[in-house]
Amino acid sequence: MQKSILSVKNIEVVYDHVILVLKGVSIEVFEGGVVAILGANGAGKTTLLKSISNLLQAERGEVTKGEIRLRDRRVDGLTPNELVRLGCIQVMEGRRCFAHLTIEENLLSGAYTRRDGSTAVKGDLERVYEYFPRLRERRRSTAGYTSGGEQQMCAIGRALMSSPSMILLDEPSMGLAPQVVEEIFNIVRDLNIKEKVSFLVAEQNTNVALRYATYGYIIETGRIVMDGDAESLRNNEDVKEFYLGISEGAQKSFRDVKSYRRRKRWLS
Amino acid sequence: MGFFLEVLIGGLLGGVLYALVALGFVLIFKASGILNFAQGAMVFAAGLGFAAAMEKTSAHMPFALALATSLLLATGMMLLTAWAIERFVLRPLVNQNGLTLFMATIGVAFMVEGLAQQIFGNNIRRIDVGLPKTSMFILESQFDGGILVNALDLWTAVIAALLVVALSLFFQNTRTGRALRAVADDHTAAQSVGIPLNWIWFIVWSIAGGVALVAAIVWGSKIGVQFALTFVALKALPVLIVGGLTSIPGAIVAGLLVGMGEKFAEVYLGPSLGGGIEQWFAYVLALFVLLVRPQGLFGERIIERI
Repeated sequence: MQKSILSVKNIEVVYDHVILVLKGVSIEVFEGGVVAILGANGAGKTTLLKSISNLLQAERGEVTKGEIRLRDRRVDGLTPNELVRLGCIQVMEGRRCFAHLTIEENLLSGAYTRRDGSTAVKGDLERVYEYFPRLRERRRSTAGYTSGGEQQMCAIGRALMSSPSMILLDEPSMGLAPQVVEEIFNIVRDLNIKEKVSFLVAEQNTNVALRYATYGYIIETGRIVMDGDAESLRNNEDVKEFYLGISEGAQKSFRDVKSYRRRKRWLS
Repeated sequence: MGFFLEVLIGGLLGGVLYALVALGFVLIFKASGILNFAQGAMVFAAGLGFAAAMEKTSAHMPFALALATSLLLATGMMLLTAWAIERFVLRPLVNQNGLTLFMATIGVAFMVEGLAQQIFGNNIRRIDVGLPKTSMFILESQFDGGILVNALDLWTAVIAALLVVALSLFFQNTRTGRALRAVADDHTAAQSVGIPLNWIWFIVWSIAGGVALVAAIVWGSKIGVQFALTFVALKALPVLIVGGLTSIPGAIVAGLLVGMGEKFAEVYLGPSLGGGIEQWFAYVLALFVLLVRPQGLFGERIIERI
């Protein structure tokens, strides 16, 4: 039996006391897993990640029902800082590097919560540079002037500097060239295998996400509508049609499709 | 030539005083994006607290000990102020827009002024920390009659320089300094990597309180601690605009520029324009800078990727 590292049970998230965004969402990440949360714009992927990392407070959102556990410890209600200390860190959507700091300063700022001394931090910095050789080349550049891919690497590297066991990765593919997306996901897989870091990845790019993830959840308007291991999701007819853009048989022309669309089976 | 130098030095030394107040603004703006309207009130409160402590303690103990105790007490008071502002004003207003926070600092300014006068009374108080106040003539060999400078002004310049060096080192080279710059860049991202915002804000307001205390001591030694100190903050605004809201060296250079410019304008343009230029020169300069270089001389370039 695999050990669960992160479990979200039946949470409900309300913004500004009125807007109900997540309606009874439950997910589970096992130790060493890469779990994908898939869904369209506004489905609630980011909200789900933020409710785990507790960044919701700053946006006037709150978890009103349910519970979130990190290794059997209730973590809803902790501050983001406490959660990072427990080993769970979020890489935010849109990279969000500190634009006026250099790449190296960005990485070091990720080690803010560390209390195990500067030698350990230096060692980790070297390790991050090994995973992301591009960052070593650009260590003295101002982060705001580096490319999108480099910024995404910087953001992931910065998270690694807190020596996490669980990373919440929000839309790593956003605005990046397909080649760079593959590069980033390859590093994620590497980190997962070598550093034993578990990942929860929110993605719109279903195709890439399902190739690298072990398990996936599909979220629509604040509800989990389907889940399964990556293999079975990839082969599911609904997922194929609505998320991967492949339907049975040959590609149809939109003229022939007319208004007919396959009915989603999960909408009873 | 001697006269020219005398005006120059007088202007520069006056500018150091503006720079000290502007520094407090810059620190808070850098780390939290808030234009802290209460900085002038904080200078005033720090001055009152320090002067009151000096009066009480110097009667009972030797001067050096009284000075140390008063510094400690005044610092404690500024820490307490910073804590209260963070706890009761900033924390409930997290994630509100800049204008809301700016309005809140206006409220804070009234609170701080009012409370300080309630506690310490509103008499004008003298501050004497043992800095020499004698005027002296320097370079008498070069110029006829030498150049008149005030020893107090020279000391102020030294103190300001030390303060700036210390702050720059702190911001560039320490873990907390790096965290402060990170918070300045992106609050939420800083939070996401585990930098506790509340703590950072407390630190920043404390440092600004400390700078206010230094400013209060030098201004107080010069003109006494009085309500007019709160208006000094208004002179710091053009300095901020000229130097750039986010630059510590900018605050210093702009302070010097404004101080120097004021004196030169008064002395050389004054007679033909009817005098009184010193009062408004800084604001005209600020207006000009806004037209030509809105981020100020040393302000952070806005980094935009397209």
